[in-house]
Amino acid sequence: MPKHFKAFARRQEFWLAILFAVLFVGLSIARPNFLSLQNGVDLISSYAYTGILVSAMLVVLVAGGIDMSFAAVATVAQYAALTVANSWDIGWLGVLLIAAAIGIILGVINGLLINILGLSAIIVTIATQSVIFGLVLTATKGQDIFSLPGWFTDGVAIPFHTTLDGYQYFINVQMIGLAVALALTWFVLNRTNVGRQIYAMGGNVEAARRIGYNVFRLNLFVYGYMGLAAGLASIVHAQYNMSVSPTALVGRELDVIAAAFLGGASATGGSGTILGVVLGIALVAVVQNGLTLLGVSSYWSQFFTGIIIVVAVASMARDVRRRWYDNPGAA
Amino acid sequence: MSFLQINKTSKRFGGVLALSNVDFDLAKGEIHCLVGGNGSGKSTLIKIISGVQPPDPGSEIIVDGESYAHLTTVESSRLGIQVIYQDLSLFPNLTVAENIAAGLHRGYPHIADWSAIRRMAADAMARINISLDPDTRVCDLSIANRQLVAICRAIAADAKLVIMDEPTASLTRHEVDSLLALTLELKRKGIAVLFVSHRFDEVLEIAEKVTVIRDGVKLGTYDAAGMTEKQLIYLMSGKTFEYETADRQIDRGQPLLSVKGLSRAGEYHDISFDLHPGEILGITGLLGAGRTELALSIFGMSRPDAGEIRLDGKTVRFASNTEAIEAGIAYVPEDRLALSLILNQPISTNIALPVIDSLAGPTGLIGRTSWNELVTSWINDLKIKVSNADNAVRTLSGGNQQRVVIAKWLATHPRILILDSPTVGVDFQGKDGIYSIVRELAAKGLAVILISDEIPEVLYHCDRIFIMRDGRFTGEFMAHRSSEAEIGEAVYA
Repeated sequence: MPKHFKAFARRQEFWLAILFAVLFVGLSIARPNFLSLQNGVDLISSYAYTGILVSAMLVVLVAGGIDMSFAAVATVAQYAALTVANSWDIGWLGVLLIAAAIGIILGVINGLLINILGLSAIIVTIATQSVIFGLVLTATKGQDIFSLPGWFTDGVAIPFHTTLDGYQYFINVQMIGLAVALALTWFVLNRTNVGRQIYAMGGNVEAARRIGYNVFRLNLFVYGYMGLAAGLASIVHAQYNMSVSPTALVGRELDVIAAAFLGGASATGGSGTILGVVLGIALVAVVQNGLTLLGVSSYWSQFFTGIIIVVAVASMARDVRRRWYDNPGAA
Repeated sequence: MSFLQINKTSKRFGGVLALSNVDFDLAKGEIHCLVGGNGSGKSTLIKIISGVQPPDPGSEIIVDGESYAHLTTVESSRLGIQVIYQDLSLFPNLTVAENIAAGLHRGYPHIADWSAIRRMAADAMARINISLDPDTRVCDLSIANRQLVAICRAIAADAKLVIMDEPTASLTRHEVDSLLALTLELKRKGIAVLFVSHRFDEVLEIAEKVTVIRDGVKLGTYDAAGMTEKQLIYLMSGKTFEYETADRQIDRGQPLLSVKGLSRAGEYHDISFDLHPGEILGITGLLGAGRTELALSIFGMSRPDAGEIRLDGKTVRFASNTEAIEAGIAYVPEDRLALSLILNQPISTNIALPVIDSLAGPTGLIGRTSWNELVTSWINDLKIKVSNADNAVRTLSGGNQQRVVIAKWLATHPRILILDSPTVGVDFQGKDGIYSIVRELAAKGLAVILISDEIPEVLYHCDRIFIMRDGRFTGEFMAHRSSEAEIGEAVYA
């Protein structure tokens, strides 16, 4: 047990958990309404879209890649699926299938471009993001969809807690989506051969090739998975906002990247865990929510998100340096 | 009974015949060593055996009695041929257990079987009597232990032949001994080992057979017993490399560099010595004795806690290595790949980089002419074999890469050159080239500090030798009045 604790104490997740606990306790004391079930439900619902994307971004970062196009992919998926849903009665399954299919196709295209052309992932995906977003704006003329089918805006509401005075709390689409994404990503990364191959590839791609992993297929899987998550997250987002806007998502990628890096994923690949990602999202959410509750202007939110990225990346860089240079012979 | 037999195997790359009609035979459980200089074709032979490259038509590879025209990597691995590359091909971010059992992740069903992984790792380690914590991540292991992980992976994959490419290049003497013991353990298990190595003393200590390749042609396979290092070198190059200790006249007037009572907690203690212009000073000792740490302090990269460094009699305190470089000190680090070269950049850029400011004209822009002049003169002076100075440094052999590093530092016009293990991973011809460069530079008045593990290297190429141990200088020898045995005793005693 002490051995495992010592190992855990050295990991990014440990410091995140402590930081989170400090913020949590501090905010609870400073603003009593922070520690309410309602605020918890609100936070989870509004950060579900981000959370789903962060879990897929973890997979991409572990593999040693990056994807900057997910917001544009989500926009297409959302717009297309709900435009169809407004004309035909396709139901939840239909909406999800359309969004998922569009997401996977666009994700795989990213994967193909990166792998076949051998280009840098960040450049390819910034380019595809621009191409996709440009097409969406042209096709939709930038118009929002305000009326969505009733069954869609009603969503899902499973009561899970009733207060003494009869107020009910519900499990909603956002919670289900987030839980599924986190659970599925955890399963893929830790319990499947593909997931372990992705970790290995992120750690040493040449060694992965030599041992006979199919690096090309792994990359297609990784970007396809990101696309799938973007498709599903987009539906969760539309349901939460009860409208679809082609300009709502693009430009807000920073939260996703911040939470993933904060959670211990590294831009060079091979590291990061789902626990870290959960803590990363929680921290971003609590910082942003805390600022609002403390009455700080929402304009500061971006500022602090940026600071979070710098701090996260700096602390990891220090850890890596310690590992490789100060202590190369650690046995 | 032979495990692997290769008949009439050739390989042509464009117009170059890398291997010509080679026959090769390896018995089950045999320890065999393959030697040859850079570019002799030994890597090509390994690549053909492991299936990375196909041989030319007409070649034959027989494994366990089965004949193949060529192998694929998957086939050779299935037949029990496992290669441990110099970079070890491990996953630094994964645990020992997962690295050993990495092959299991290829399998069906797609669910990762963690208990099978742990079992496989434990079995492999038990088979060769080693114990490492299966949950430690490989990046937290020493190089020697990483190598054990790589060997265990080969064992776990049911190796019948383990090919090791330069396995001892970055190990300490003690670690080399354990590796050689492990090789005997593999032999007892019926697993053959094929070494590729430049360190002939080790090769001859352990191998049963030695195969020598030169210019793509196999010269022969010999019994290791009765073979000497000199004979091997002669076979490989057609030349003999006899070194003698030098008794050169050195003006021992005012020392150029004078170090007095230098200490840094946990690294080195109470180090004092003088270095004169034109002198080659050797520092040897076991890895971890504090040699590199001392060099880094002289080079201004770490601050000593106590003592002083004098240059031309004046006390200096470098705030950074930039100041040390300006004062005329150059340091060629041990790990040239990681610390000295930008491998994917052209040779010319690598040479010009440290002095790039001095190439700028009045406009602040860098003139192409002065750039080319500088690069060409160093390539000629150090006889670096390049077809084109715009090729990436990666394309050069180890010896030539090391010359590029030296050229790069000489371009800063140093008065003191510190070379930290300059010949690691360089074949003996490359070594010879580096030694003659060092001697020429010293003759021109450059003071050199040569740090090395290899006793012959310091004995035959330095004027004076210090033995370093646990951070202290424990002995001083004049090269021309010492022998290998004497110094060896001082180092290992």
